[in-house]
Amino acid sequence: MTTAAHLHTDSGSDAPYALSHLDALESEAVHIFREVAGEFEKPVILFSGGKDSIVMLHLALKAFAPAPVPFTLLHVDTGHNFPEVLEYRDRTVAEHGLRLHVASVQEYIDSGKLRERPDGTRNPLQTVPLTEAIQSLKFDAVFGGGRRDEEKARAKERVFSLRDEFSQWDPRRQRPELWQLYNGRHAPGEHVRVFPLSNWTELDVWQYIAREGIELPEIYFAHEREVFLRNGMWLTAGEWGGPKEGETPEKRLIRYRTVGDMSCTGAVDSDATTLDAVIAEIAVSRLTERGATRADDKMSEAAMEDRKREGYF
Amino acid sequence: MTSTTEQFADVSATTLLRFATAGSVDDGKSTLVGRLLHDSKSVLTDQMEAVEAVSAQRGQEAPDLALLTDGLRAEREQGITIDVAYRYFATARRRFILADTPGHVQYTRNMVTGASTADLAVVLVDARNGVIEQTRRHAAVAALLRVPHVVLAVNKMDLVGYQESVFAAIAEEFTAYASDLGVPEITAIPISALAGDNVVDASANMDWYGGPTVLEHLETVPVSHDLTACPARFPVQYVIRPQSAEHPDYRGYAGQIASGVLRVGEAVTVLPSGRTSVIAGIDALGESVDIAWAPQSVTVRLTDDIDISRGDLIAPSASAPATTQDVEATVCHVADQPLAVGARVLIKHTTRTVKAIVKEIPSRLTLDDLSQHPNPGQLVANDIGRVVVRTAEPLALDAYADSRRTGSFLLIDPADGTTLAAGMAGESFASKAETTVQADEEGWDF
Repeated sequence: MTTAAHLHTDSGSDAPYALSHLDALESEAVHIFREVAGEFEKPVILFSGGKDSIVMLHLALKAFAPAPVPFTLLHVDTGHNFPEVLEYRDRTVAEHGLRLHVASVQEYIDSGKLRERPDGTRNPLQTVPLTEAIQSLKFDAVFGGGRRDEEKARAKERVFSLRDEFSQWDPRRQRPELWQLYNGRHAPGEHVRVFPLSNWTELDVWQYIAREGIELPEIYFAHEREVFLRNGMWLTAGEWGGPKEGETPEKRLIRYRTVGDMSCTGAVDSDATTLDAVIAEIAVSRLTERGATRADDKMSEAAMEDRKREGYF
Repeated sequence: MTSTTEQFADVSATTLLRFATAGSVDDGKSTLVGRLLHDSKSVLTDQMEAVEAVSAQRGQEAPDLALLTDGLRAEREQGITIDVAYRYFATARRRFILADTPGHVQYTRNMVTGASTADLAVVLVDARNGVIEQTRRHAAVAALLRVPHVVLAVNKMDLVGYQESVFAAIAEEFTAYASDLGVPEITAIPISALAGDNVVDASANMDWYGGPTVLEHLETVPVSHDLTACPARFPVQYVIRPQSAEHPDYRGYAGQIASGVLRVGEAVTVLPSGRTSVIAGIDALGESVDIAWAPQSVTVRLTDDIDISRGDLIAPSASAPATTQDVEATVCHVADQPLAVGARVLIKHTTRTVKAIVKEIPSRLTLDDLSQHPNPGQLVANDIGRVVVRTAEPLALDAYADSRRTGSFLLIDPADGTTLAAGMAGESFASKAETTVQADEEGWDF
C-alpha cells in the first residue's frame, strides 16, 4: 500500500502536506458532489459531451466509487449538435450504466412551442426545454460544468446557486457563500444549480484530462473540416443552415475549444492533434475560450448575465 | 514567451493559493488587481478589447481596469463593486484564486465571504492617507476570520515621492494594530499599482526597500501547514455502500479531511455517539493509501460495522473534540432580515444541520474602534456580534482559532433557507487587545 504518486508534493512546494493545485481542485469538486448527494432528493448532471461535463462526470465517478454515480444525466439537445459528440455521449452513458434524459429543442420547435430565431442560432433557445425538464422531472439540484473563468458574469456565480420556480438567477440576491459550508436549502419548486468546476480554469481542465487520461470527442483535436466564415467565426457547414449565399465553405485544419450548438460555436485554426499539443496551444493563446468560439456571448456586453437571469447556465 | 512545454511542466506541479483583496473605494484596488491579472496572462486580448471599447465609449482616456472585475450590469452602471468576484491567474510557481471583495462599509459581509476561504489577505492603503478607519476595519475582519497571512500594500507611493519615512510610519502603525488583534504574519510592501512599482517587478524608485514584490510574496508564502498541524477531523458526508456482486460488503465513509492527518491503523472515535473503532483503510479517490491529509477528499473504512451516517465526525481517539449543545461564538450577520434573541434557526456545522435557538446576543462589535456594544438585542446586516446558541443535538465543535473548518458554522432561517450569519466558535480575536486599541483616538484630542 503506497501513497499515490501524484499526491506527493513536488520540489519547490512549501509544506510536507501541500497538495498540487489539481489535487486541491479535484478534492474540492468531489466534496461538492458528495454534499449534493447527501442533501438533495433528486439531483441531475447536465451532460453535453463537452469537455467540462466530461470532467464533471469523471469526478462524480471517482467521488462515489466503487458505488455507481447516484445521479442521472440530462442533455439539452439543440438539434444542431456535432454527431461525434452525440455518439460520445451515448457511448459514455452506456459504458457507465447511467440514465440519460434528453430535452430536445427540435421537438419544441416542431410542436410550435419555440420559434426559430432569425439568426438561426439555437443556443438561447435551450433555456425553455432546460427549465421545463427541471420542473417536470422535479430535479432539485442541477450540476453544471460552468467555470468562473469563462465569463465576467459567471465570475460572480456561487458554487450553489439558488434558482426560483422560474429558474431565474438574481445576482443581487445571492446567498453569501462562506468557507466550504454550502447552503442548499430551497422551497418546493425552487432548485439549486451546482457548479463543481467553479474554481477551475480552461487550462486546469485540460491538465486534469491529461493527468487522468480521459477520452474526449475527436472534434477537440485538430482535423480537416469544411467550415465557412460568419461574424468572424469558423462554423461547420451543415444542414443546420450554413453556409448561406455569399458564405464560401473551405477545408481548413481546425479544432474546437468548446462544444455547443453548431450554429454559434466557432472552430479555431490549429494543428494540435494530441493532449500535450492542445495544452501548449492554450497556454499561449491570447483569446479566452468563449471569446474565441462563442458567437452568442458577443451579442451584448451582458449577454451571459441576461441569459443566466432567464434560467440559462 | 518561454517554451510552453517547459511552462506546462512547471505549472502542473504548483500549489494553489487563495487570497482576498480589501481596500476602500479609490485606493487603487482595481488597479492592483488589474496589474496582477494583466502581467500574468490572465487578461486576454478579447477581454482587454472589450474593456477598451467600453471605456472609450464612455469617453474615458485610459482603459478602466475595474471593468475586468465588475461583471454585473448594475456594477458597471454604478461603477462600484457590489459582490465578490473570483479571478484566476497563474505563474510558473503557483496558481491563484483571487476573491476580489468590495470595499464599501455596507458590504462587510462580502469581505467576510472572501476572507473565509483565503490563506492571505491584501489590505490596501493610500500612502497619502495612511491607516484610516476602513483600514482598521479590514484588519479586524482579517483577524476575526483568522486569515493566516496579511499583506499591507501601501499604494500610491509615487504620490508621496517614494519616501521611505512615509511607508515606515504607516507600516509601523498598521503592524502594531494588526498584531494586537492577533494577525500572525504581516508583510508590508510599498507599491505603486499605477506605475508598477513592487507589484510584479521590483521598484527602481524605492531602492531602500529590500523585501519581496507583491507577486513574489504571493508566490512564496507557505500554504496549508495550518490544516495539517491540527488534530485530524473527518466529517462524514455520505456513506458509500455499493452492495454489488463485486463489492458485497464495502462500507466506506466519504468526506473531505477538514484538518490534520489520518492514518490506517489509527484508533478513532465517532462523534457525537462516542463509539470507537480503528481505520481499516483509506481510499483516496480510487487509490488505496495508508496516509491522507487535509483537504483531501477520501473514503475511510473502519474495522467495525458501527452506526455512522452523514453529519457524524470521525476523529483520532487521542484528540477527539468535546461535544456541546451550548455554542458561544462570534457571528457576522449576512442577511437583510435581523437576527434577534429568541430566534429559532438551523445551524449548519460541517456536514451536520441541527435546530437551534439564539439564547443571547451579549454584544455587538463596532469595527471602527473595536468597542463592544452590550446587549444590542438583535444584529442587522453586516453587524458582527457575540452570540450564545443552544442546539437541539450535540455538535463536535472546535474553536475557530484551532480550525477554520470545524470551528465555523452557518445560521440558517428554517422558514426560507436564507443564510443569516457566518459563525466562528470560541474567542473572537487571538489576543484580548480591545481595550488598549481604544486609546487610538487622537482625533478627539483638542
